[in-house]
Amino acid sequence: MYDMKRLADLVKSLEDSLAVCMRCGMCQAVCPLFAETGREADVARGKLALLDGLIKEMFKDPEGVRERLSRCLLCGSCAANCPSGVKVLDIFFDARVILTGYMGLNPVKRAVFRGMLAHPEFFDRLLHSASTIQKLFLVPSDDFSGLSCARFSLPGLERHVKALAPVSFRKSPGRHTPGNASGPAVAFFVGCMVDKIYPDTGHAVLKALRYNQANVLMPEEQGCCGIPALASGDLETFEKLVRYNLERFDPAGFDFLVTACATCTSTIKKLWPRFFGGREKARLDELAEKTMDISQFLVDQTGLIPAASSATGHKEPLTYHDPCHLKKSLGIAAQPRRLLSANPAYDLREMNEADRCCGCGGSFNLQYYPVSAAIGRRKCDAIIESGCSTVATSCPACMLQISDMLSQAGKRIQVKHAVEIYAESIRFRD
Amino acid sequence: MRAIRAGDNRFTFRFSGKEMHTKGVLKEFERILGKENVFSEETDLHAYSYDAAVLEPVTPALVLRPVTCEALGEAVRVCGENRLPLTVRGAGTNLSGGVLPKKGGVVILTNALNEIVEINEQDLYAVVQPGVVTAKFASLVESKGLFYPPDPGSQAVSTLGGNVAENAGGLRGLRYGVTRDYVMGLEFFDAGGALVKTGARTVKCVTGYNLGGLLVGSEGTLGVFSRITLKLIPMPAAKKAMMAVFSDIRQASETVSAIIADKIVPVTLEFMDNFTIRAVEDFSGAGLPVDAAALLLIEVDGHPAQVEEEAARVEQICRKMGVMRIQAARDAAERDKVWEARRAALSALSRVRPTTVLEDATVPRSNIPAMVAAIGEIGKKYDLLIGTFGHAGDGNLHPTILSDRRDAQAWSRVEKAIDAIFEKALELGGTLSGEHGIGAAKSKYLENEIGRPSILYSRRIKAALDPENILNPGKIIGG
Repeated sequence: MYDMKRLADLVKSLEDSLAVCMRCGMCQAVCPLFAETGREADVARGKLALLDGLIKEMFKDPEGVRERLSRCLLCGSCAANCPSGVKVLDIFFDARVILTGYMGLNPVKRAVFRGMLAHPEFFDRLLHSASTIQKLFLVPSDDFSGLSCARFSLPGLERHVKALAPVSFRKSPGRHTPGNASGPAVAFFVGCMVDKIYPDTGHAVLKALRYNQANVLMPEEQGCCGIPALASGDLETFEKLVRYNLERFDPAGFDFLVTACATCTSTIKKLWPRFFGGREKARLDELAEKTMDISQFLVDQTGLIPAASSATGHKEPLTYHDPCHLKKSLGIAAQPRRLLSANPAYDLREMNEADRCCGCGGSFNLQYYPVSAAIGRRKCDAIIESGCSTVATSCPACMLQISDMLSQAGKRIQVKHAVEIYAESIRFRD
Repeated sequence: MRAIRAGDNRFTFRFSGKEMHTKGVLKEFERILGKENVFSEETDLHAYSYDAAVLEPVTPALVLRPVTCEALGEAVRVCGENRLPLTVRGAGTNLSGGVLPKKGGVVILTNALNEIVEINEQDLYAVVQPGVVTAKFASLVESKGLFYPPDPGSQAVSTLGGNVAENAGGLRGLRYGVTRDYVMGLEFFDAGGALVKTGARTVKCVTGYNLGGLLVGSEGTLGVFSRITLKLIPMPAAKKAMMAVFSDIRQASETVSAIIADKIVPVTLEFMDNFTIRAVEDFSGAGLPVDAAALLLIEVDGHPAQVEEEAARVEQICRKMGVMRIQAARDAAERDKVWEARRAALSALSRVRPTTVLEDATVPRSNIPAMVAAIGEIGKKYDLLIGTFGHAGDGNLHPTILSDRRDAQAWSRVEKAIDAIFEKALELGGTLSGEHGIGAAKSKYLENEIGRPSILYSRRIKAALDPENILNPGKIIGG
């Protein structure tokens, strides 16, 4: 049995942050999960009240609190709209770390995080092997999206997945693209999903950087940013990964660090310095300062060299989905749109609620697929209503979720990363 | 006392000293509502133990979430038969503890009953279920060129059922009134679960007692709404917002009276004191005049020509009263900027200290200068930070006390200050609450305002309609 008094003492460290919530309930207006379930324990106010309850030793079993805390997309919609400025995400990450530290990590997560994710080279090899045998289990779900579904029909396997790339981006030919040696030194943090599922996005980043005269540095060995571990409260794996990456991305060695993943960007900028203090604090702060989304770098730092090709009559209608970790977490919304507008072959049309969460939420999607899909269907409806033939976004996790939803709805709408749209228009003279 | 016994899936409801073992009742609720709509785990229950008032949480024994009005009625019937106290909860934004359950009682959620049944553009009414969110309704109405004016501060999440139960107000009360003025008809379940209908879809209706008048603002103590018929009006064609800056509070509030004495009734006539102005400016950097003693934010609406004329007259009056500066919004963006400042008031104040107590004592508008001065003195006397803003045109101020509830010594000063504010409001011919309700927080003060006979009369009504006292017991009239 758990000692609730001891747990209360641990959670007490959050008391000052928790006290800021005045229970006004305005988070109910923006929480994508609450919109589906209408349950108070699903919205920030309810979860904050549960943490208060832990401090006051209101509960017999902490498992219920942990379960409800994990039912959260960590999209940050509540924090971005909170009248009294409660730092909801900080509190939730802290609470997950406290609860996991106290109650232990569940065995599956322990095996995945500590056995695989924490060892990047092994993880790379493992997923490479998986990519070669995945055909045994997957069949194409349609001939348009490139998505697959399970070969065997089993309950819970209704999703349409993007299969692992046969060769990961960081091992693919054409990855050595130094660019302009006299340009700004730009390190490229690839991230797991771009590396293993969306290598085309990685190539688009390289092309765009090269075209904009950047000097690209891309360490071949890179690890996961650590967010899946931290979101499950596994500080140990998270710290291991931050250390691993910091050894390979020394901020003294470049001017900027870019990613094409909204979640990696916000993790490096906000969570690395916050959860990994100590001696490395100064370097992590410096790294955070230099880290930005690819669109932000291209638009704000290079002035974005427009594509050479000029407009040619018909323009494909295109819409854009704001990833939560880019817009709500970092306030980046204009730059990706500028990037899209730089390609004259497309006409950007806003969908309704472009910044509404797609419902992916990383491991939330794995743990709570039915509600994740319900949230995703709303996004999917907004995309379909926009009448566009392509939807762009800035996060591979959003791409995966949106592709699944559109494919299940039988819609032939392309899903692309914003940088891919821009890169399509680039023609090198040489 | 904990309402739930671990392990045996047996619930113990304790009420009025009686104890009931009611495994059968739980099964009955599950049969009526579906298992997934009956919450009984300790964590879920705790999430319904509070609202937006600063009060101690009270945990219910069970939470029900009916998804049809029939199931709602059945749930009320079962509560009635088993003498289970029930509290209806919309979005839980109440500022007076109105949705705090009775210990060991049942909370009934209305947020799954969110259908807008009808918007009738010929006869200008709408029929809604109680869980419809106010702002969603208002925007759908607006898309049809019509207008539903009540706009409480929580409208982005608040439910229409909650608005009716609390007779919610908002920023447009001066010209358009409050929720009460828009309720044409109601269907509600009585304490036994029987469906009672009152009112009509017609402008005129004198059929039977005006039960709507009794139920609106009854805070869930007399019935459980299942359907509400609301009046709609045409959307005014034009509006114009202005910001007037004063170096003296008295000037500002005399201006309020002068505007109304000139037979102009603005939609909105909002007031912000210097403390609030500075807090908003620190928070948003909107460029507010931090040296001003008070701001008035004024909006007029109607036919474009009338709007222009009234705006010009308001400006004249402000100048005559000695305004430091007055600025009219030239376009929608400037208008938004004016209201941005007002909307930011509570956010800005709430960030100053951890605990925010938002009061709504209301006085006749001619007494606003006296009330503002009294609030200033009370803040000084009890050494508290108090920002005051609110609906000056309605005499409805929101003195907002900023403190830290965890500091027992400071908190006792807060409580004394609240007492003093109420006392002063009554002394000035005002009322305890303009729009937040009496709930659990203010029932002890009610007798001071309305007197013993009124309380007894109200209690006789309550006893007659709800003999077992199961409908949101303890609210408004105590007991």
